[in-house]
Amino acid sequence: MSEAKKYNAPVTNPETAPFWEAAKAGKFMIKRCTTCGEAHYFPRAICPFCFSDKTVWEESSGEAVVYTYSLMRKSPTGPYAIAYVTLKEGPSLQTNIVDCDLEKVKIGQKVKVVWKPTDGAPLPFFTPA
Amino acid sequence: MTIKGKAYIAGIYEHPTRHAPDKSTAQLHAEVAKGAIEDAGLTKDDVDGYFCAGDAPGGLWPMVDYLGLNTKKLRHVDSTETGGCSYLIHLGHAAEAIAAGKCSVALVTLAGKPRTGPMPARASGAEADFELAYGATTHNAYGMCAMRHMHDYGTTSEQLAWIKVAASHHAQYNPHAMLKEVVTVEDVLNSPMISDPLHRMDCCVVTDGGGAMIVTTPEIAKSLKKPLVRLIGHGEAMKGPRGGKDLDLTYSAGVWSGPRAFEEAGVTPKDIKYASIYDSFTITVLMQLEDLGFCKKGEGGKFVADGNLISGVGKLPFNTDGGGLCSNHPVNRGGMTKILEAVRQLRGEAHPKVQVKNCDLAIAHGTGGLLGVRHAASTCILERA
Repeated sequence: MSEAKKYNAPVTNPETAPFWEAAKAGKFMIKRCTTCGEAHYFPRAICPFCFSDKTVWEESSGEAVVYTYSLMRKSPTGPYAIAYVTLKEGPSLQTNIVDCDLEKVKIGQKVKVVWKPTDGAPLPFFTPA
Repeated sequence: MTIKGKAYIAGIYEHPTRHAPDKSTAQLHAEVAKGAIEDAGLTKDDVDGYFCAGDAPGGLWPMVDYLGLNTKKLRHVDSTETGGCSYLIHLGHAAEAIAAGKCSVALVTLAGKPRTGPMPARASGAEADFELAYGATTHNAYGMCAMRHMHDYGTTSEQLAWIKVAASHHAQYNPHAMLKEVVTVEDVLNSPMISDPLHRMDCCVVTDGGGAMIVTTPEIAKSLKKPLVRLIGHGEAMKGPRGGKDLDLTYSAGVWSGPRAFEEAGVTPKDIKYASIYDSFTITVLMQLEDLGFCKKGEGGKFVADGNLISGVGKLPFNTDGGGLCSNHPVNRGGMTKILEAVRQLRGEAHPKVQVKNCDLAIAHGTGGLLGVRHAASTCILERA
């Protein structure tokens, strides 16, 4: 395991600030549209599916399965596993699988959200459940 | 309205350099512009349309000024930026502009120097806070596509390797190719793993250089001396995770751009004699061949195996210049060179060892951006007139 990687703080903006505020409290938020019922990620003010502005924040379980991944063997900060994971609530999102043996990451593997600190709000990552 | 047959590619030029530390990027644009204009038998003052993308220093107005284009005549410009497939989209847009009477001689240029030094980072969109930290690169974004394709369809590294093997068979005849050595499936599998499951030889080269083309009206093309090559179908499309619903990385926007182009052209994949398919990575080719309908989804592995893409050997000769995998990938953008080799094939100007016999119908297709994240695709069907 390499030393804790340094991550840049999210810039945030008025549309996404509630996500980062919740992140500081350890809550992983997604958006759900109350018109079409679909959840989405990353959060938008207007639903990317039905274009309704009736979207609301919802706390995700943070439980997901690995949809796909790729282990980058070399980088200035060492190897890392980029992945898409699919949340229990439906949306898939880009992340890194962390705090585990990267050689053992598998498609279909159960993972859960973990937070990594920055100088601002923490960032969500996923680790084997 | 259709652009079918309304625009001809009258001039092409590919810069022979693969490493140009002694030249400026703007200079490379000028050199390829000069090459394409001269290949067409035209002059700079004939140009009344100009197209460039994100690789052009400063964008449109600095380039128009630097090149010294005749601004009294220049009446149509387009800086559509869709990464590596920008130039395929430029070809389609040039045809639209020509069909609409907005210009008659369009110049499209691409050039840059990623081998000499790193390229500037691309601007990010609304997703920045939610994705930048995870380090998506071309290698691992395409790696994620390959990983899922293997999971869903049983595609193997051996099958992917055949794509590189075919490209290397063609590159041996290209004196300008960066990698001229013929490689085997074993060579590819034994090359270092870069980002699972992609090996070093699954990845394209990084080269300086560029290319340009002249797109013009049927009347002007017929007044010139080059064999006639025309655009008969064009498609463009975009794809991204779109809120994370129903994510499927095993197909690309080519599933939409391809049918649009084939429908406009009135031909099918079976009719195609030669295919230029963007080969940023081996998986890019495999997915595009499926998405364009050369084989069924999931059967790309079988389709590319056993030399099926080698000219004179297989059923679908592809990237006979050696492609991005072996010859050239100027500015990390492969769309232009895809068009240039398709035109050479249709003109009968490809190397005799790889020239497809009676090559009267070709496809040039590419993607831009990151296949595993957000990308565009563009398909051009070209015909010898």
